[in-house]
Amino acid sequence: MSNEILLTRRGLFMKLGVLLNGLVGVALAVPFVRYLFASATRASQALPWVQLGGVNQFPEGETRLATFRNPIVMPTDGKTADTACWVRRIDGEQFQVFAVNCAHLGCPVRWFPQAGLFMCPCHGGAYYRDGSRASGPPERGLFEYPFKVENGVLRIQAGELPTPGTSAPSSANAAPGTPATFFKGPAAALTAATKGHRPPCA
Amino acid sequence: MRLIAAVAEWFDHRLGLAAPIRDAAEHPVPRNTASWFYVFGSAALTIFLLQLATGILLAMVYVPSADEAWSSLQALNHQVAFGWFIRALHGWGSNFMVAVVLLHMVQVFLFGAYKFPRELTWIVGVFLLLTTLGMAFTGQIMRFDQDAYWGLGIGASIASRVPVAGPMIVSMMLGGPIIAGATLSRFFTLHVFVVPGTLIVLVCLHVLMVLKLGINEWPMPGRLVRRATYEREYHALTKSDGAPFVPYAIWKDMFFAAFIILAAAGCAWYFGPFGPTGQPDPTIIQTAPKPDYFFLWMYALLSLLPPSLETPALLIGPVVAIVALLLLPFLSGEGEKSWKRRPIAVLTVLLIAITLGTFTHLAGYAPWSPHMSAWSGDPVPDQMLKGTTALERQGALVFQGKQCRNCHALGESGGERGPSLDSVAVRLTEDQLIRQVIQGGGNMPAYGKNLSPAETTALVAFLKTLHPAAQAPARDASRDVVAGQSLRSTQRDKVAARDGGAEP
Repeated sequence: MSNEILLTRRGLFMKLGVLLNGLVGVALAVPFVRYLFASATRASQALPWVQLGGVNQFPEGETRLATFRNPIVMPTDGKTADTACWVRRIDGEQFQVFAVNCAHLGCPVRWFPQAGLFMCPCHGGAYYRDGSRASGPPERGLFEYPFKVENGVLRIQAGELPTPGTSAPSSANAAPGTPATFFKGPAAALTAATKGHRPPCA
Repeated sequence: MRLIAAVAEWFDHRLGLAAPIRDAAEHPVPRNTASWFYVFGSAALTIFLLQLATGILLAMVYVPSADEAWSSLQALNHQVAFGWFIRALHGWGSNFMVAVVLLHMVQVFLFGAYKFPRELTWIVGVFLLLTTLGMAFTGQIMRFDQDAYWGLGIGASIASRVPVAGPMIVSMMLGGPIIAGATLSRFFTLHVFVVPGTLIVLVCLHVLMVLKLGINEWPMPGRLVRRATYEREYHALTKSDGAPFVPYAIWKDMFFAAFIILAAAGCAWYFGPFGPTGQPDPTIIQTAPKPDYFFLWMYALLSLLPPSLETPALLIGPVVAIVALLLLPFLSGEGEKSWKRRPIAVLTVLLIAITLGTFTHLAGYAPWSPHMSAWSGDPVPDQMLKGTTALERQGALVFQGKQCRNCHALGESGGERGPSLDSVAVRLTEDQLIRQVIQGGGNMPAYGKNLSPAETTALVAFLKTLHPAAQAPARDASRDVVAGQSLRSTQRDKVAARDGGAEP
């Protein structure tokens, strides 16, 4: 009979105790982690459509500030759920709806109709009227919301803070990182304004 | 008296803390460390205690809800007795804490205190710096105003650039799809529970190691640190030339701590609380958000870096800096401690200080930001319009009306984003001016779409007048040759044209 005792009664109970606590820990970790990551793991469903107002509020050829209540809200959000956007009515039912957030670091850009530029107060980014990058640190044009016009009402698909890493480049803008040239800006502006008829000497 | 002693004895019989506390207080320190250079650590700890106290007081009134935070700050400022002062003290305390922690770090670095055997004390110190900055950033968000709101947007934009994980980090950070209620609650949790909790644990470890390993002796040039002998030498030093920390050295710590608290209180009393600025209403876009002073250098850096370098610098720069700080005690854990024989260390500190100082100074007046109201607020200087033609004056109107002034200064007022145009006619010929205005370039937007030919002609006519009286405007010499004209005849034509002579 060997004197070596491989596992004592006490030792077994301690190991069982560790195992038990481990199991409880794992069981609790599931809801804890799910709770913690709730905002990051919510189902990637399509963003809802938000009403911006009657088409006639937006004169043709002009760019106006519009506001809407973010469709995804919590009861404690207060004013922070109110969002602003720039609405450019090209003509008829042709629109461009830009986020106010600069594509550089998200500061609110302001529209200067006389110069036909959006200017950012933070680091001096500037954009043309069609949202394409004009100058400064942004690597791309302004973020655009998808829009549709139904029964004379302008709607946009919104609900998420647009950031450089989360938003795809919009149709009117060049791919991110494209170096700006002398001709890109006005050419893009002309293209948008003349609906595809490129001027001969762009 | 006897009663107090009896009560103390009753407690100590159960706690047994008197002996270890006495040992810690009276542990011998080298005599020359009782210096005014050795007071920053204890001062940082004292300010941290002040922050804990004022923070708890503020939390009694503050409401961490996106809907009500701003108005609860207003109540603190205007309704609650001394609410403004507690807010001011917490805000100024934060500024002082960051400053003192940085001073402490520079002193420790220059005195070689991070070397063997105090490597871990330094590493914990690096994390203490990070948590202190974390407190400063999250605290800025507790002041839930326009700056805090857009500051969060900037934070989200930076975080979103992380490859692959970017979008997930953003939603983790915001607690939802937008900056809103959940975001503030999240940062409140960080600012009030997570980061200060970590800070307290780290401070305890840091102080414990200072007690266990002894305070760094005053560095003597030529007295090198060697792993094999250092601890014995230090022990001998505290034996031969040591004195008990209390009361021999502590009085200087106490004086300086009191002075720092008094300075913070003085600033709080005199300057008052920080903000809050406008309401955190994202539909109010007439705002130019700026970070608090310890992050201003970053604001400047983000404007001045070329766009292509920005994302790598933002994402890799901090990692490299932190890793370098953590590796420092392992890369130079032995050898010379005295700053008198460590020129590279001194130069590194100077270089970093000058760089951060320059960026902070630049951020103070932000030459890269357009002056949003210069076009309507800053008039064209009188002398620039003296003796000008109607066309040139029309050009000055175009210049103001098209917001050129937002980026270009005339007579020292206006934006600084683009060059000052006081003598632009010396630098650019007429053709170059036209090309620059219409096509832009060199970081200037193109105005071709926004200027009629008449406006362009007028604008360029005005710009051509902008040269010093004694300096002729630039001209394109090749044009004269092509046209077969001499300069003199061109000028005669101009004079004739100006006088109204209709010369073909």
